[in-house]
Amino acid sequence: MIEFQDVHKSFGARTVLDGFTLAIPDGQTTVLMGFSGSGKSVTLKHIVGLLEPDAGRVLVDGESVGELEYDGLMRLRSRIGFVFQFAALFDSLSVYDNLALGLRRQELPPEEISRRVAESLRLVELSGAEDRFPAELSGGMRKRVGIARAIALNPRYILYDEPTTGLDPVTTAAMDELMLRARRELGVTSVVVTHDVRSAFAVADRIAFLHQGRILLAGTAGEVRETADPLVRAFIEGRPAMGERV
Amino acid sequence: MSGVREFFVLSGRWVIEGRRALSQGKIWRPLLFAQMRKLGVDSIPVAVFVAVFTGIVLALLSSYMFTRAIPLYFVGTLVTKAVMLELGPVLTGMALAGRVGANVAAELGTMRVTEQVDALETLAISPHAYLVTPRVIAAILMFPVVTAVAMAVGVLSGWFTAVNLLDLSSVEFLRGARQFYNFKDIWFGLVKSASFGGVVATMGCFQGLSARGGAEGVGHATTRAVVLGCQAILVLDAFWALVLL
Repeated sequence: MIEFQDVHKSFGARTVLDGFTLAIPDGQTTVLMGFSGSGKSVTLKHIVGLLEPDAGRVLVDGESVGELEYDGLMRLRSRIGFVFQFAALFDSLSVYDNLALGLRRQELPPEEISRRVAESLRLVELSGAEDRFPAELSGGMRKRVGIARAIALNPRYILYDEPTTGLDPVTTAAMDELMLRARRELGVTSVVVTHDVRSAFAVADRIAFLHQGRILLAGTAGEVRETADPLVRAFIEGRPAMGERV
Repeated sequence: MSGVREFFVLSGRWVIEGRRALSQGKIWRPLLFAQMRKLGVDSIPVAVFVAVFTGIVLALLSSYMFTRAIPLYFVGTLVTKAVMLELGPVLTGMALAGRVGANVAAELGTMRVTEQVDALETLAISPHAYLVTPRVIAAILMFPVVTAVAMAVGVLSGWFTAVNLLDLSSVEFLRGARQFYNFKDIWFGLVKSASFGGVVATMGCFQGLSARGGAEGVGHATTRAVVLGCQAILVLDAFWALVLL
């Protein structure tokens, strides 16, 4: 389980998280929605220890991420797959090596690495792309390789940072299906950060709405869809909200 | 004062990360050879280019200074001493600060702004072990090799100029080169160049990994890496002269 307990985070004078509290249950897909710049990606980075809170705690499986020693942090990260907004593939490595890099770090035998790479690419429907390089791939394909790289680790958790940003509607739907399949076939707990409302409702078991540094609303996808909160309604329906700066 | 404090905090963090990264040989050792080729072997042409013209200018300058003052065979002395003790290591270091420092800063800076460095960390791979350590060790090992080539080419270039453009024979040039020769001239230059390699690569990695803000940020990081690398070379040059000479 992932828990945020009264997390505060600022960058200079700008407060991003201001008493952020949220519990993410195991085995489900939790979507974190909010306006652009509301701190969604910052939230994700706290889970893997890329950022540390100024106050409060982030717990993963009962361990406080900020208090982990180096080895403990490395063990935590090997349980979490992170899918970056623009995939963050390593330019100088082939698709195969992009997926194998993390597996070699775990000192798996070469045959096991090959098997996991092949299986992960099959899951994202990119079998046969092992020898290609990121520059040769389309944006959608790069995102799928990013998902494959996360899946190959056999993680307990997968974090998705804006997985459908910049994709056309058909590819977006395919990405949604991928995230659903990853959860079905691997049984992972997923945290998806997005402002794509359609995609959010397609993949979410639970939705939390982040606003001004804290959770404004959290509930099942159905509960959030029926909410009367004017800000959340405006966001879901894609119309200007009173008092919100663009 | 907060900037100074931040510098020391960051430097301390780098020392700790660097020590830890050094112990992770399984990560950086497979990458070392490729970096040695990229930072060292591929830098030889630019070092040779600098050395050729260094030798030419030294021979002509010394001839200008020594004619009708002291015997011309001292051209061999000056060319050899200056190339091995100072101009070989320093000018080669400066040229490589531009080539290697900029290359490293641009590559790592681009990785930083495209979240590839974050991706390494989420894969439980230390960026210091994977990116910094192989580059720094490769530069420390290969800068002396490149400098040795540059020294040889610089002396040869000076000899060629002296024999073909000045009123000097090869025997006289060699007499001057051997007159005050000391093996220390060579190892002093190579020790300096090893330190130059370490500082150029470290500066490039530090600036690259500190890049923020997209292409402009990478550009700033690259510029800073080259400028600070050159400045560090000059400071180290003075340091080694004080300590070893």
